Amino acid sequence: MAGYQDYLLHLADNALILAQRNGEWCGHGPIIEEDLALANNALDLIGQARMLYQHVATVRKDGKSSEDLLAYFRDVPEFKNYTLLELPHSTAILPTSRGDRDYAVTMARNFLYSALMVQVWDGLTRSSDAQLAAIASKSLKEAQYHLRHAHDWVLRLGDGTEESHRRMQAAFDYLMPFTQEFWTPSAMETAAVKTGAGVDVSTLRAEWEATVADTLMAATLKLPSSTGFVTTGKHGVHSEHLGFVLAEMQSLARAHPEAVW
Amino acid sequence: MPALADGPLAQSKDANAHHAIWELLESVTDPEIPVVNLREMGILRAVRNGPQGLEVVITPTYSGCPAMGQMADDVAAALSAAGVAARVITQLAPAWSTDWMTPEARDKLRAYGIAPPAKNACATSAGSQVIAFAPRKGVGQPDTVACPQCGSSNTTEISHFGSTACKALYRCLACMEPFDYFKPY
Repeated sequence: MAGYQDYLLHLADNALILAQRNGEWCGHGPIIEEDLALANNALDLIGQARMLYQHVATVRKDGKSSEDLLAYFRDVPEFKNYTLLELPHSTAILPTSRGDRDYAVTMARNFLYSALMVQVWDGLTRSSDAQLAAIASKSLKEAQYHLRHAHDWVLRLGDGTEESHRRMQAAFDYLMPFTQEFWTPSAMETAAVKTGAGVDVSTLRAEWEATVADTLMAATLKLPSSTGFVTTGKHGVHSEHLGFVLAEMQSLARAHPEAVW
Repeated sequence: MPALADGPLAQSKDANAHHAIWELLESVTDPEIPVVNLREMGILRAVRNGPQGLEVVITPTYSGCPAMGQMADDVAAALSAAGVAARVITQLAPAWSTDWMTPEARDKLRAYGIAPPAKNACATSAGSQVIAFAPRKGVGQPDTVACPQCGSSNTTEISHFGSTACKALYRCLACMEPFDYFKPY
């Protein structure tokens, strides 16, 4: 059963960490509409993460797990999100999230992730776990809006000015190898697929690749190679960036445990 | 019995027996759109007898909608103010859809300056159809939306995401007014 809880945590951590990254644009968006869009996107993802953490807490039945405990009191090796989602909004290696943010990286990442999640949530609406299926049916609708939003920006920036095209291409060149992690197997995913609760991601790959290839072609971008290395975030082995994300996200809850408004 | 939106829970026989509760909850409005109440929005799903007494079932809209907690509190407060002992239950499935909004809610939204959602949100987001929409047909196009101010369909989308997660920002090219569009969900 631990395998399946890990699978739920993987889905929840993906949503929470990307929400935290997208939330960094709040108050810093390139235009007010995008500031709002990213805040709304982050809000949807936090909502999805909350439902999943609550579900894990219910499944555990240990009387002490809660969504707050799972979000704020686990450390880097316990997080099972894709490495892709914890990276700063920059193609340069920067030590903290305070570095220059590049909206092209934000949109490329949201596009790559949403294109996957539209399919994952769709598959999970038929999960043998009724509660996960219910969460998926809501999350699917939101992921479709996130995909459309990111897709439109990939087109607009890719097929835009010389500068925007260059930066969008650089973003995809940088991020594409991190998507290799989607397709490598893990014990938690295998366990979840076995019981019919999870979705076999390998069956989604061709459609995902077609979506990415078609969009990049329409955006006049070159499809970069995704080979070179395979990140291991979902196994709990993360880049140096996740620690900074967690430090910012968890410090308040840890400074004032069990504080209430 | 109040008219109900078409949701799988809406035809619950319990609803008949709890006419007074439905009437009572008519006064509970959406915290962000105070011109419509929770029944009209399709958020209030059922009033029924549960194992521990009366249950009022609501369903969340967007996963992260910050108004959901407020709605549950408002329902509980309205019940307790009327001396009704009931539990408020939040139920995820079936997932809320803007198709559950009543015709009167759509009219009220329009009068309030928010373009109501296009119908058949369910059809476009039904699971099995997701695969087909993605690559070759584009990733969805903005809906054609009539301006709530002047009625013109000559409108354009400014942003997919507006003042709240459930709305997009549009502009009317006839009367030049910007307006919110309640997105199909």
